[in-house]
Formats: sequence, structure tokens, C-alpha cells
Amino acid sequence: MALNKIGIAKRIAQELRDGWYVNLGIGIPTLVANYVPEGLSVEFQSENGVLGMGPFPFEGEEDADLINAGKQTITVKSGAAFFDSATSFAMIRGKHVQLTVLGAMEVSQNGDIANWKIPGKMVKGMGGAMDLVASAENIIVAMMHSNKAGESKLLRECSLPLTGVGCVKKIVTELAVLEIMGGAFHLLERAPGVTVEEIVSKTEGALVVPEFVPEMVL
Amino acid sequence: MNKVQPNIQKALEGIQNGMTLMIGGFGLCGIPENAIKELVKMGVKDLTCISNNAGVDDYGLGLLLQAKQIKKMISSYVGENEEFERQMLSGELEVDLIPQGSLAERCRAGGAGIPAFFTPAGYGTEVAVGKEVRIFNNKPHILEQALTADFSIVKAWKGDTEGNLIYKATAMNFNPMMAMAGKITIAEVEELVPAGTLDPNFIHTPGIFVQRVFQGEVFEKRIEQRTVRTR
Repeated sequence: MALNKIGIAKRIAQELRDGWYVNLGIGIPTLVANYVPEGLSVEFQSENGVLGMGPFPFEGEEDADLINAGKQTITVKSGAAFFDSATSFAMIRGKHVQLTVLGAMEVSQNGDIANWKIPGKMVKGMGGAMDLVASAENIIVAMMHSNKAGESKLLRECSLPLTGVGCVKKIVTELAVLEIMGGAFHLLERAPGVTVEEIVSKTEGALVVPEFVPEMVL
Repeated sequence: MNKVQPNIQKALEGIQNGMTLMIGGFGLCGIPENAIKELVKMGVKDLTCISNNAGVDDYGLGLLLQAKQIKKMISSYVGENEEFERQMLSGELEVDLIPQGSLAERCRAGGAGIPAFFTPAGYGTEVAVGKEVRIFNNKPHILEQALTADFSIVKAWKGDTEGNLIYKATAMNFNPMMAMAGKITIAEVEELVPAGTLDPNFIHTPGIFVQRVFQGEVFEKRIEQRTVRTR
């Protein structure tokens, strides 16, 4: 069965390593924070200027001066730090953040990503996405395999305006875990009960399928 | 020189039609809300506003958009504002969208006397169109130019009579860099205290960057996305 959003977040959480600083995008990526494997110490960075993000506040304890990049009210853990936007992007551009998880509208087989603009339809701006994808050494895309029209989001070439070129290394969808290498998607794992045939049929870009494709363990 | 302004009118004196303003804040967090309302009252038009976001329809910079006082916005993200989208799609409003890190660094550079810098952000995208590309460490980078403003309006938690500022939590965001990049920087503070009251070890923006400081009258501090958990 295909994963739901929580399943995608849980699978991505398995990629976390002890001591990492991690930036989570809006949407499914935000959920990853809820499934950090026990025993790991991971700090979450939000590009509006906080390291050491904690859970949402209890009702009545919201602070208008304390939000995340999605403009949601948050709390901080002990040992947190606040800083300005230039310092925040120094952390990102300077590769001090070990992992970036973000959503995408399209990813191409050479690792290009499009996630900020649909010409004539959605023009909200890129926010910090272009800075994040241009500099992060480790980017995981969390997204559905197909768009609402049923078209594959894993493409030979992106059709939408790009956010970054050749930067995506790994993708986790409701169907599969894939890696991008040498100009092709490589199928690493499939969701429990999902067939290789379904993944092949829903992947438009070049897909390398090994003889044995293990099921994800969640 | 006395930096303390007796009222908001004095604090914003000299802002005229066609000027470029930097306005601090991220979303509605850390915006100079009193000064924005006063700009609406002043009726100054054809402004170029450099601010990470454009407020919401009825609050923050959205108020200046509603009154059609902004000619051009330089921002990184402008969702959550229908009037903005309408004015942009109809061509009434000129919009320059820049990656958030480049926007922050362009303001910082403007205040730090660095005319331009290379960054990897935006290479290969429409942001890079017309910009010089150079390879450093085997990676392509684009040239981004510094930004400055006729006036920068920032919001701080505490400020003293020397213009030294301390911000609170994530309300800091773009305010420190914008304070550096204004020809005249106006600081709206929640609490104005005599010089010597703030610990010099904990000043975020040294007073040299601030020409005018005033105590804001009302701080509504609207929350854009109220998210809570249950006990």
C-alpha cells in the first residue's frame, strides 16, 4: 500500500544522523521532526532565525515574536539560539546545515528541482528554497509521485521554472525511495505492498531498477 | 545629536514620494507596525519597498498595497496576500523576487560597503538571467549587487537613547541588516530606555547604524499562523 504523508515523514526520519543540523521545508518535511529516531540528537534550523526548534506551544502560550519559516507559532528547546537572516543563510550557504528536506512540484533525472512557481498561476516567490538547494550537500525531496492530474513528477526534464540545477540526491514518495545518480533515478526501496511495475509506470524519467528491490521498513 | 524622536510624525519626517524604503520583518513578525500605519496616513506614493514579505491583505505592508502607495516590491516570498497577487498580475505593481539568503546578504552588503558578491543561489534559474556567472571551487556562482535604501525602518524590542537595539526571538530576522543599509535608519522600539541601561555585551545593532529612534505606541503583534498543541 502506498504511504500516507506520515509514512513519508517516518521514512525520511530514518535518514537522520546523530548531531546533525537539519532544515525542514513546509508541508510533509515539517512532519519529519515528529519521528526522530530515539537516541539521536538532531537540531532543527528554521531560516527565519532559530536553531533548536521545539514543538508547537500550548494554547495560550503563543508568542508572536517566535515563529518558524512557515510563520507558525513555535517554541524552542533549551540550548536554542536566535540570529538574523544573514547569519541564518550563512549557516545554509556555508554548509553548516547537514540536511535539507523540502517538497517539490517536479524533479528531473539529473537532479533539477522546480518548486516555486507556476507561470500565470502561482507566483508567491522562492523564499529560501533557492539558497537551500544551491548549497545543501544533502537534499531529500519529500513529495507525491504524481501530481493531482495524475502526471509523474519524476521527469526527464522539469517543465516548470527551476529552483536549482543538479542538486537533488534522494527522493521519498508515497511509493518509493529513489536516488539520483549519473542522470537517472535509481530505485532503492518500494513502499510495503507496492509493486515495481507501479513505480515504473508512474516514473517518466529514466529509472534504473535493480534485480531485487527491498520493501521499506517503517 | 538627539536620536530620540518625540513622536512618530517627527520620526518619519523626510520620507517622500518615489523613495526606496527597507522595512524589517519576516511575515508579520518583527515589522514596524506603527510606522507602516503612519506611512498610510502620510500618503507617500510610488514607493519601492524592500521587505522579505508583503504583509497580509489588511495588515503590515498589505496596508500600503491597499492604498496603492507601492510602485515596486523587492521580496523573497509574497504569498498570503490576494491584493498583492491582483496588482502584480494586472501589472500595476512591479515585483522583483529574490532568494531569501541573497536578499539578506544584499542588504548586509549594502550596509557593509561591499558593492556585490557571488552566490550559488539561483544559478541556472530565472533569477540568474542577465547576471555575471563565475566558477569558484568548480561550482558556478552568480553576481548579486548590494541594496541600500533612502530610509530603513526597523523594529526592535528594546532601544536606548543612543540608538543601540536589542531584538526579541525571531522578530530579529531582517532588521539588523536593514538597519545597516539605510541612509537614514529609523528604529521603532517597544521599550525606549536611557543610555547605559542596556548591557553593551548584548546589543544586536550598535547605535552607529541608527539615526532616529522612537517608542511605538501600540503593538498589536498579529499572528499569521496560530499553531498550538493540546495539553
